[in-house]
Amino acid sequence: MATATEEPRTRHDAGARAGTPAISLEQISKAYRSGGEDVQAVRGIDLRIEQGEFFSLLGPSGCGKTTTMRMVAGFESPTSGTVRLHGDDVTGVAPHRRDVNMVFQSYALFPHMTVFDNVAFGLRRKREASGEIRRKVAEALELVELNGRERTKPGRLSGGQQQRVALARALVNRPSALLLDEPLGALDLKLRQAMQMELKRIQRDVGITFVYVTHDQGEALTMSDRIAVMNGGRVEQLGTPAEVYERPATRFTAGFIGTSNLLSGTVAGRSGEVATVRIEGAGEVRASCDAPAGARVDLTVRPEKIAMEAEEPAGDRARLAGTVTEVVYLGSATHYTVRLGDGSEVVVFRQNASDAASAAERGETVWVSWRPEHAYALPG
Amino acid sequence: MTMAATREGKRGRTARLAPYALVLPGWLWLALFFVAPIASVISMSLMTGGLAAGYTFTFEIGNYARAVELYWEQILRSLLYGGLATLLCVAIGYPVAYWIAFKGGAYKSTYLLLVLLPFFVSFVLRTISWGFILSDNGVVLGTLKSLGLLPGDFGVLNSATAVVFGLAYNFLPFMVLPIYAVLERMDHGVVEAAHDLYAGRVQAFVRVVLPMSLPGVFAGVIMVFIPTSADYVNATVLGGADNTMIGKVIQTQYLVNNAYPLAAAITFILMAALLIGIFSYAKALGTEQVMEVQAR
Repeated sequence: MATATEEPRTRHDAGARAGTPAISLEQISKAYRSGGEDVQAVRGIDLRIEQGEFFSLLGPSGCGKTTTMRMVAGFESPTSGTVRLHGDDVTGVAPHRRDVNMVFQSYALFPHMTVFDNVAFGLRRKREASGEIRRKVAEALELVELNGRERTKPGRLSGGQQQRVALARALVNRPSALLLDEPLGALDLKLRQAMQMELKRIQRDVGITFVYVTHDQGEALTMSDRIAVMNGGRVEQLGTPAEVYERPATRFTAGFIGTSNLLSGTVAGRSGEVATVRIEGAGEVRASCDAPAGARVDLTVRPEKIAMEAEEPAGDRARLAGTVTEVVYLGSATHYTVRLGDGSEVVVFRQNASDAASAAERGETVWVSWRPEHAYALPG
Repeated sequence: MTMAATREGKRGRTARLAPYALVLPGWLWLALFFVAPIASVISMSLMTGGLAAGYTFTFEIGNYARAVELYWEQILRSLLYGGLATLLCVAIGYPVAYWIAFKGGAYKSTYLLLVLLPFFVSFVLRTISWGFILSDNGVVLGTLKSLGLLPGDFGVLNSATAVVFGLAYNFLPFMVLPIYAVLERMDHGVVEAAHDLYAGRVQAFVRVVLPMSLPGVFAGVIMVFIPTSADYVNATVLGGADNTMIGKVIQTQYLVNNAYPLAAAITFILMAALLIGIFSYAKALGTEQVMEVQAR
């Protein structure tokens, strides 16, 4: 494994001019003609993916994430815009002439070839010496912990093992970027979680740029250095997992990543960064918000930021009273649904720690509270 | 209690016998229409006698020696024509199947129907039509000759070429369909994966698409080679005296000369030759791989 990082990556170094992103997309758009009407799959995306980054394209199906990745791989050509790899314009270049490799959702392993031949496929097309090929394939199979299975046909491997072969087959070429299209989608939960850690380790070991397409927010949050949240062919938000989770920029991001509570109200007054928002029928809370007084705003608060008590909390915490309508026990945590005075509901996550205050029952009246900076207004 | 136990026992027995009962019609069918005729032809091939005097079983191995001695030329010619027609079918049928499967889009079934359309007309009738169209002074050659584009003594019929092309024409759909079936269900991702791994169009085809479609080619070759080698209609209608195929010999020996034992012996020699051909072909292709991919 150590050899993997020490190996000179000549092909990168040639392209890795200082500050040049591994992949850059400039005003990329893609329109299809389907059933007599134009479908706009991607609408003007600008992205810079840095060298060595684990970058995720996250969004629901049909958001354009896979189309975007396929344009990087060269399987689709953009209707307009430019794709650059290490600064070089590759917009019209065929997939087999691009220095990126892809891990397909279906794995797309060659069923008639052994594991060795599958992994060696790219190296053979590049006409590397057979000794080199043997060494590199052995190294790649070791990286994915599949050494000893060289002579096996993919059909005889489990789903998780096939996944590893697909990964080794792409990685062995040391591409300047590895594109992964929902590679863990077909695996069961336990294996998926193990593979997430594994992928992150491999990415750290080999130092190759990973572009990861997924609709699973947990996966994206776990592995990524940065996430682009996509919706309707556009990038809704770009940031680190913490930024995207803690500070969703749009209503879509807030709803798509994790669970979030939305409270609608009117700005009643403000002092600096913090505004007082009146929620009709429920009360007033303070939140970070830059909308002017009188404006209607939607506040969002993450469920784990909310405390729940029987007594009204003291101090400067934002607080509202409500009634517990649902209690869902999840082992390590319990999820409560609390109905507020205005009829809206907030979800509260509480860890089941041994010293936690006694749990609330359905129908009980409780106070929910949070620090004012944990609630903020979404634009629009 | 005892009633329940009996019913339980009955149901157990029924459940155990059910698979055999279900398979029975199939076995009966095979026994009646495959095993019995084969056995009868084998025993016939070892008999002596005539239609009038009747045939007696004398274990006459000489029938086989006579068959080979008299008709080795026709047997070899049949295998050669069948082989050439099969090669032609692969050469023409593969691109057709490939095109329909990968480029056919929404009209795949229409194109397949077009491939099958000639089947709606009788096989013999179609072959005779070709004989008519290609005759020395027929629609095509006659016109070309009268225009001075072809020499007056030019002819297509009564030649090996005519027979081989006629066979290929008649059996082409049997090659297109199995190849199409394999290509159609092929995961397009593997082709993209090949491109992604630096293979151009030719490399992707040679290394991935072609090997993965071999089971279809294998099925097509069997379905074309066997009937073309045994065919006698094309040789009779489109060929001449020099192009007689073994099917014609068998037919004549059975139905005209009533030499049943000799005809049966020739039949068996042809069958053995085809089986040896098919098995060595499967071996060369890698039977294990053919079966494995097909099983998927």
